[in-house]
Amino acid sequence: MTTSQAVAIDVRNAVKRYGDFTALKKISLSIKDNEFFTLLGPSGCGKTTLLRMIAGFEDVTEGEIFLYGEEIEDLPPNKRPVNTVFQNYALFPHMTILDNVAFGLEMRGASKSDARTQAGEMLELVQLSQFSTRKPSQLSGGQQQRVALARALAPQPKVLLLDEPLSALDLKLRKAMQLELKHLQRETGITFIFVTHDQEEALTMSDRIAVMSAGEMQQLGAPTDIYERPHNMFVADFIGETNLLEVSVDGIAEGRAVCHLGGGHELTCNALDGINVGSKVHMSIRPERLFMSGEPEKDGSLHGRVKENIFVGTDISTIVELDDGPDFVVRTSNSDRGNKRIFEPGTEMFVNMELGAARLLVD
Amino acid sequence: MAAGAASGGSATTDTYKEARTWLLMPAWVVLLFLSLAPVAMMLIYSFLTKEFRGGVIWEFSFAAYDQFFCDRGLFGDEGCTFEWTYMTIFWRSIWQAGAATLLSLAIGFPTAYFIATRPENVRPLWVFLITIPYWVNLLIRTVSMKFLLRDKGPLNDFLMSIGLIDSPLHIINTNFAVQLGLFYSYLPFMVLPIYAAVERYNFSLSEAAADLYASKFTTLWRILLPAVKPGVIAGCILVFVPSLGSFLAPDLLGGAKNFMIGSLIEEQFKGNAGNWPFGAAASMILLSLVLVILLIFARQQAKAEKAEG
Repeated sequence: MTTSQAVAIDVRNAVKRYGDFTALKKISLSIKDNEFFTLLGPSGCGKTTLLRMIAGFEDVTEGEIFLYGEEIEDLPPNKRPVNTVFQNYALFPHMTILDNVAFGLEMRGASKSDARTQAGEMLELVQLSQFSTRKPSQLSGGQQQRVALARALAPQPKVLLLDEPLSALDLKLRKAMQLELKHLQRETGITFIFVTHDQEEALTMSDRIAVMSAGEMQQLGAPTDIYERPHNMFVADFIGETNLLEVSVDGIAEGRAVCHLGGGHELTCNALDGINVGSKVHMSIRPERLFMSGEPEKDGSLHGRVKENIFVGTDISTIVELDDGPDFVVRTSNSDRGNKRIFEPGTEMFVNMELGAARLLVD
Repeated sequence: MAAGAASGGSATTDTYKEARTWLLMPAWVVLLFLSLAPVAMMLIYSFLTKEFRGGVIWEFSFAAYDQFFCDRGLFGDEGCTFEWTYMTIFWRSIWQAGAATLLSLAIGFPTAYFIATRPENVRPLWVFLITIPYWVNLLIRTVSMKFLLRDKGPLNDFLMSIGLIDSPLHIINTNFAVQLGLFYSYLPFMVLPIYAAVERYNFSLSEAAADLYASKFTTLWRILLPAVKPGVIAGCILVFVPSLGSFLAPDLLGGAKNFMIGSLIEEQFKGNAGNWPFGAAASMILLSLVLVILLIFARQQAKAEKAEG
C-alpha cells in the first residue's frame, strides 16, 4: 500500500433485501485508495451482491455508498466512474476486440479515432495487440479474460471491480493471471475490489481481505491476520486447512488458557476475551504449526500414533490419533523426510506445537 | 468365418438403409407433394389457356403473362405497351405489407422484450396469452375488426366518450385499416421469434454496456439489437411475406380502393368470373418477387457481416 490513505469506497450500513430474504445484513467497510481489496466467501455469502451494489446493478435497500467522498448509491451504473470485469467477461460478441476496448472510451466522449488509439494502447498493455481485429469468440478463455480487463481499465475508472474473473481459467493460467493482475494494480495505481471464493487466490493477491458469510462480514484484515489469527470458527475453517477441535477451558492466566482436548490431553491456547474457565469452545491449530517427535518435548507434547501419511507434493499430511483423544492433521515439509520427522503408520510418537499456535475461536 | 461376419455386417447396413429410407418418407412427402408439386402446378397453369367459366384448356399460351405486363388497348389488338395496373397493385401490396411489418415490429419488439424479461416461470403464461386470440379463425377476427373500427363502432364510441375526438375517425376503408388488420393477423409471428432471441440474450452484456457509460438507448441500439438481429429478421420475414399475399384484411377492411395482390389472385379463382392462368401467373410473379427481395436482403446481410468481421 502507498502512503495515500484516502478512502476510495466507503460502504455504510449497507443492507440488501430481496423480499423476505436478506442478502446483506448491515455491512460497513472502508476500502482505501490504491488498495487491492478482496471480498472472500462461499457462494451465496453476499460478496457479489455487494460488488454489484457498488457497480450500480443492484439497488441498495438501506445504507450509503461513497466513492471518494461522493455519495453514489442512487446513481445509475453509467454515471459511476467505476468499471467491472465480469465473471463471464460479457464481451460484446458482434464487435472486434479493439471496438470492445474502445467502447467505454467512446461512451465517455472520446472521438472514434482517439478511442481506438487508446484502446490499442490498452491492448498492448495486456499483450493482445495482434488480436485487435478478431471477434471475442475467436479468442481463448484466458485471452478473453485479458480483453475484459483491458476494456474495464481503458476508461481509467477510479475503482475497478472484479467479479470472480479468474474462476473459468485452468489452474496454471489462473496463477499467472493472479500475478499479472497484482502487477497491473501496482502499475495503474487503481483501487481494485476483487470478489472470489478461492481463499488461496485471496491470500496471494490482496492487501486486505474481508471474509464474508451469510450476508455478514466475519473478519477484515491483511492476509496474514486472517490466516494466522482467525477470529471465529467460520474464518478458521474457510481459510486454509486447520484442526478444529472442541475443548474445555481449564484455567486462564496472562493471556493463555489451558485447554482440555479429552482423553487427558491438555495444551496451552491463546485466550480470548469473553471466554471463561469451564466454557466449551472451539480451537484451531494450523497443521503446519505442528511437528512430530519420537520423544516428548519440554511442554505440551501429546502422545499418539500415526494413522496415515498422505503425500501432497511439497508436503506430507499425517493423520495422528491421540491416545483416547481426537485426530490431528500434521503437515510436514517433504524436505524434512531425512530429518526423521516423518513416521510410518502405526508408529507411536508425540505431537508438539509452538506456543501461540493453538487459538481459541468465537463460534 | 470372416465372410460370414462380413455378410452379417452388410445385412445390418441394408436394414439400416431401408429403415432410413422409410423414416425419411414424411420429409419427402412434404417436399414433393406439399411444396414442389403445388408450385409446379401453378407454373404449368400459368402457361395454359383460360376456360371462360373457370378452369383451363390444356393449350400452351403466354396470354396470362401478356395480360399482366402488356397493355394492348381497348380491343386487345395493339402493340405491347407496359401495363401499369397490376404493377401498381403490386407496389401497393409491398408498401402495405412493409408498413404492417414496421407496425408489428414497433409493437412486437417491446412486447417480446417484456415477456423475455419476466421471471422464467411466468413467461410461458405470457406467450400463451399472446397466442389466445389466434385460436379464433382469421376471417372472424378480421370481420370483428371491421365492426370495431367502423365509424359508429366501439373504438370511435370510446374515443368520443372520453372526449378525445368530436366526430368519428374514419378508419375503415383506408390504407391504415388494412395495415392494422395485417398487423393484428400476424403479430405473433413477430413476437415469438424476437422473444426467443431476447430470451437467449446474455443480459450481462447490457450491464457491461451500462458499466461502460452507455445510456439505455445506446445499449439498446448498439448491444441488444445487434445481438437479437436474427430474431428480428425472422419476425419481419414471417410478417411481411404472408401480409404481401393476404386478401382478407384488404378485402374486408380496405374496400375497393385498396385492392392488394392477394385479392387480385383470389378473384381469378372465384366463381365463374375467374381466369385461372392469370391467377397462376400473378402468383408466380409474386413468388419470384418475394424470392428476389429475400435474396437481396440475404446478400446484403452477408456483405454487412463480411464488412464487420
